[in-house]
Amino acid sequence: MGQHREMSTRILTVEDDERIRTAVRMALEEEGWDVEETASGEEALDAFRRQPADVVLIDIMLPGIDGFEVCRNIRRLGDVPIVMVTARSDSHDVVAGLEAGADDYLRKPFDPKELSARIRALLRRVRSDDVQPNQIHVGDLEVLPEEGVVRQAGNEVHLTRTEFRLLVELATADGRVLSREDLLEKVWGYDYFGDGRLVDVHVRRLRTKIEPDPGNPRYVTTIRGMGYKFQG
Amino acid sequence: MADETSRLGLGNRIAVLFAVGGLLVSILLALSTLVLTRRQLIESREGAAAAMAVANATRLSNQLTPDSSIEDIQAIADSLTRLEGGQRIIRLGNDWLPAPELNRDDLPPSLVLRLSGRTAGQVLAPVRGQPHFVVGIPLAAFDADYYAVVDLMEVSETLDDLRIILLGAGAATTVLAALLGSWAARRMLRPLRRVRGAAEAIAGGRLDTRLGPQADPDLDRLSDSFNEMARALEERIHRDARFASDVSHELRSPLTTLMAGVGVLEARRDELSDRSRIALDLLVEDLERFNRLVNEMLEISGYDAGVAALDLTEVDLVRFLRATAAEDPSLTLVLPPGTGSLVIDADKRRLARVMANLLDNARRHAGGSTVLSMEHDEVIRISVEDEGPGIPVHERQEIFDRFARGSAGGRRGAGGGTGLGLSLVTEDLRLHQGRVWVEDRVDGRSGARFVLELPLTPLVGKSEMEW
Repeated sequence: MGQHREMSTRILTVEDDERIRTAVRMALEEEGWDVEETASGEEALDAFRRQPADVVLIDIMLPGIDGFEVCRNIRRLGDVPIVMVTARSDSHDVVAGLEAGADDYLRKPFDPKELSARIRALLRRVRSDDVQPNQIHVGDLEVLPEEGVVRQAGNEVHLTRTEFRLLVELATADGRVLSREDLLEKVWGYDYFGDGRLVDVHVRRLRTKIEPDPGNPRYVTTIRGMGYKFQG
Repeated sequence: MADETSRLGLGNRIAVLFAVGGLLVSILLALSTLVLTRRQLIESREGAAAAMAVANATRLSNQLTPDSSIEDIQAIADSLTRLEGGQRIIRLGNDWLPAPELNRDDLPPSLVLRLSGRTAGQVLAPVRGQPHFVVGIPLAAFDADYYAVVDLMEVSETLDDLRIILLGAGAATTVLAALLGSWAARRMLRPLRRVRGAAEAIAGGRLDTRLGPQADPDLDRLSDSFNEMARALEERIHRDARFASDVSHELRSPLTTLMAGVGVLEARRDELSDRSRIALDLLVEDLERFNRLVNEMLEISGYDAGVAALDLTEVDLVRFLRATAAEDPSLTLVLPPGTGSLVIDADKRRLARVMANLLDNARRHAGGSTVLSMEHDEVIRISVEDEGPGIPVHERQEIFDRFARGSAGGRRGAGGGTGLGLSLVTEDLRLHQGRVWVEDRVDGRSGARFVLELPLTPLVGKSEMEW
């Protein structure tokens, strides 16, 4: 990941507190990102419609439309990676943010270096260094890792970047069970101590898109006490 | 004594009160029954005996002649009607016709004296130690007296029977009263037991527990007051929790600015003078500590408000401990041979914090942990050992207190702890239904050994978190 790519990567931030907004923008710029800052959800949606960013950083507590709503709207506009920022300590916000379509979350206060690491992880392409088949065909499901395309019964399925990487990791595991921690590391770049709920919510979202019957999954199955497995 | 009764409990006291009341009423009734019955029985016996005596005296008088001797009288006397239990003694001149079992010496002297004055009389007097009714009638035409001695055996036997019956009835009444009392008490206390149940539920954390409407208006008021109290308590606790949450937001916002600002300075470290760099390092260190302190205080206020909850997921303890040990190269992980995996339902974030706090504590006070081990039978025990001076026995409890400063922890130097770490360990373990304690190293060498005990529960509930 060369410096030149990061320079061209635009991050849209939504934060109503001017001091935080300024300090976070400066810190992100130090890390080499291009930052566009907005102070409200409405402003952020306008800015995104005008020119889609590569990553969106959303604070949940906003005046006017809240962070969840901004997240849902941006998710409708594109597959861009979204990082939620929460100041609350209860887990409700985390889950609600992931449900609204966020790819990852951070709790305030956060280390700007940690934020950069998260953004970098979310922007990663499917790892091309791994030896992987260029086509996976199971039942009606067709996954083309190189092209970033998934087809279900011939129709292209729209996956976010994170959902796609999750599916590829599962599908290329040769039928092995992957634990939540394995997936956290491979898809999100977390160590063992990452939040397993990231995996659970994304698996659930993935199932609603690729499974004929999401309540009774055929491709991505849960192995109790172990993790998830792709049924080849 | 007063203490003794009050320790009996309200229900038992009511039962005892009923029993005593029953006993008193029984005694009163029995006594009056006995007295009245006795009088009645004696009067009727007296009446019968007196009437019979008058009739017999008249007949004797009619059949007597001036020549009759005491021997003749025997025959006459035998023909007289006799009351059961009654005997007669007859005096003729100086001769006495004794009864089969009695003679003249048995007669009450006062009566004999009275008859010597030629007047009839009757007296209730003991004869040979037994109560008897004695009637004496002088025979007007002769120098003779007729005495009838009637025993009151029958009366006293009847009274004895009655006494036994009354005693039994009294005992039965007392027992019945006691039963009635305890039944009434139970009935009366039933709403109180409901109150107790509700209070216990609230104490156990179910803050929305309320009492239903009561049948009795008095109890309804109690139940209203109780519900009002429960509502106020719930509101108070939720207000505290909300306050903690608000404080969280308010403190975290400036902390976010601080950390981002410090991040900018750190990125431009090379541009700073030596003096500024030292200041920046101080800032970074204490910002980190302040951040931890805020987080830990918020966690603790969560426990205090009773809103701390576990985010349970499947955690493979073997992988968890391997990952923990991997972060610290001086730590040796010891697992029972052949342990592949041990999956439990736990809050991974809290467990990770527990380990981080223990390792951090050892780093600050004992030069770092050296051994991390796990064993399990009915429970899981995870131990963290160090090679420091160990914890004196008298401090082994208090080091888990908030802001505890043991003899070894008196200094708050650079990289010092928040003073909350070990108390959070205790709370996190409690949430997991486990516990933590510190002891000496089992190999006898110097150092502390912190033991975490977790229940070995079979994997329950959902295998995947669902919301």
